[in-house]
Amino acid sequence: MGIFLIKEKCIGCGICVDICPCGAISMIDELHKLTIEKKDKADKLAVIEEVECTLCGECVEPCPTDAILIEEESFEFKRKEIYKDVMVFAEQRRGELEEAAFELLAKGRELANSLGVELYALLICKNIENKPEELVAGGADKVIVVRDNSLHHFLPEPYTNILLYIINKYKPTIFLAPSTTQGRALLSRTAASIYTGLTADCTGLSVDEEGNLIQTRPAFGGSVKAKIITPNTRPQMATVRPKVFSPLPKNPEKAGEIIEETIPSEKLKSVSKFESWISDETSLISIEDADIIVAGGRGLGKEENFKFLFELAELMGAAVGASRTVIDEGWIPYSHQVGQTGKTVAPSIYMAFGISGAIQHLEGMRSSDFIVAVNKDPEAPIFKVADIGIVANLFDVIPALKEAFIKKKNG
Amino acid sequence: MKIIVCVKQVPDPEHASMNIETGTVVREGVELMVNPFDLYAVEEALKIKEDLGGEVIAISMGPPQAEEALKEVIAMGADEGILLTSLDFAGADTWATSYTLAMACKEIGNFDLILCGKQAIDGDTAQVGPGIAAHLGIPQITFVRKIEEITDKKISAQRLVEGGYELISSPLPLVMTVVKEINDPRLPTLKGKLRARKVEIQKWGPEDINANKEKIGLSGSPTRVVEIFTPKLTKEGKIFSDDEIEDAALEIIKKQEEMGLIT
Repeated sequence: MGIFLIKEKCIGCGICVDICPCGAISMIDELHKLTIEKKDKADKLAVIEEVECTLCGECVEPCPTDAILIEEESFEFKRKEIYKDVMVFAEQRRGELEEAAFELLAKGRELANSLGVELYALLICKNIENKPEELVAGGADKVIVVRDNSLHHFLPEPYTNILLYIINKYKPTIFLAPSTTQGRALLSRTAASIYTGLTADCTGLSVDEEGNLIQTRPAFGGSVKAKIITPNTRPQMATVRPKVFSPLPKNPEKAGEIIEETIPSEKLKSVSKFESWISDETSLISIEDADIIVAGGRGLGKEENFKFLFELAELMGAAVGASRTVIDEGWIPYSHQVGQTGKTVAPSIYMAFGISGAIQHLEGMRSSDFIVAVNKDPEAPIFKVADIGIVANLFDVIPALKEAFIKKKNG
Repeated sequence: MKIIVCVKQVPDPEHASMNIETGTVVREGVELMVNPFDLYAVEEALKIKEDLGGEVIAISMGPPQAEEALKEVIAMGADEGILLTSLDFAGADTWATSYTLAMACKEIGNFDLILCGKQAIDGDTAQVGPGIAAHLGIPQITFVRKIEEITDKKISAQRLVEGGYELISSPLPLVMTVVKEINDPRLPTLKGKLRARKVEIQKWGPEDINANKEKIGLSGSPTRVVEIFTPKLTKEGKIFSDDEIEDAALEIIKKQEEMGLIT
């Protein structure tokens, strides 16, 4: 497999130069003969830098004279061996590094060690941001920082351009990002552009003897799990479910290199624009980020009773979740919905109050580490996935929990 | 306004199964439905059409029976349905799927907006929408909960992200994926159902969309499923009755402390 330019067809128009996502094509001045109709010579010629080219094929179709050929019996990607290191995306939101960055560094460290390669972190942020050292302390050998004031907020186009540029330059064999709204939007766009495999929302990662990344992920809401590999293309890309892996203890003594990368400014342009941020006051701790979720269902009886859950959540530093029924009733905003048509969550502790546990709800929460279910009905399906079940009135359980918590906290 | 909506027929979650050999979804003999998130995409497309005029074309990639999913959204009000169906498309991962759908969008041509559900409930990847945008080289706004403004030239929309909402603006054409909060999908009307019965769903194969045969289906998919297993789903939890609430509470808080969650 390889990419070829048919010199006798290249009219030097430059369309391919603009299209190439990898910056692998340039124009040189060279007078050459053509074998196409209407034109017998051209004074410019495209040159494809094979090391830069990822064989994505984006240039093939737009070429007006079909001068670019990708020979593809299969897309068996050649040159697999030049992709070497492990790289993780250090997600920041409004200037704050996400805990998920450190979870990925911990897993990435393990993968890099078993492959005998280096661990890189990629941080995309605004100009004055002093976080790269934290990523070294969290396990990275090298931190690549791309700074521009336009990059404070995530935007798919410039972030994808940057990632393509970095992948192309550093050639990691594995690239991981958290399966957040940011990570999913970024990696999907990137993997599509460079024709490589992407596995969503992994809960397990390891490498086999051949250096393939074994990616384990739940499907059908966790009712089955699949092991997936990307055998022929590089990098092997995956988004990873937050909260599944634990960060390493921070080691401020750890040595590491910080590389400030300058990206060609045209790659930072974005057609779509970030206009504003609107904070969700009911989700000061969001259900995606929380270690503990206290969730309520129809058993709460009425909208006002959510205040008991909010009080418990505030006390415990938890987020408030909800079943579909009460979302549809309008008792609490959609951002709180756990389940198939809401969000999939996997906190350390999930407490379900007055939720019977329809399959669609269970699919959104059953990979939580520890599940507590409180329901008056002993037959409620939620008890089948619970580590602790309490068959009782939830309004009796909440005060007991608060009391026990306060006692424990005050020693 | 020419709007393309991508819909997927998915197995009803209560009766889903997978082919352990190929890791692909078994569709034979199970209850099928339109992916719930796609219904919000269809509804939003219909609402935009009502405001700005134009047409709504639903496309789907799948086996012949996926025609039913397209009929269902035509009954809701979509103008046209195109089914991308061929054995060559089978076994596609998200790369090959987004490539195929993007090639179909190119074939349809002159679209202003491509709408998708945020993800399909069988795969849960949320990768196909952005993949289509990448293949077409157009912008994307994912996880949209509310369109603030739309004209035939541009859009501004709120994305539902962790802890809040982002307002993003963009010129058209673009790909937008939507979450449930955006609307309440209408039910098919009797008139719609009658129309759906009559409308012929176009069936397109790889040649019809000028797809590179190496980039579609299982052979065009960079990922491979190597193993499927069923994790243990039920637990033998400890059950407390209503006169043991204090004991239960103590046990829960103890667990919380052990997990380092009391600080």
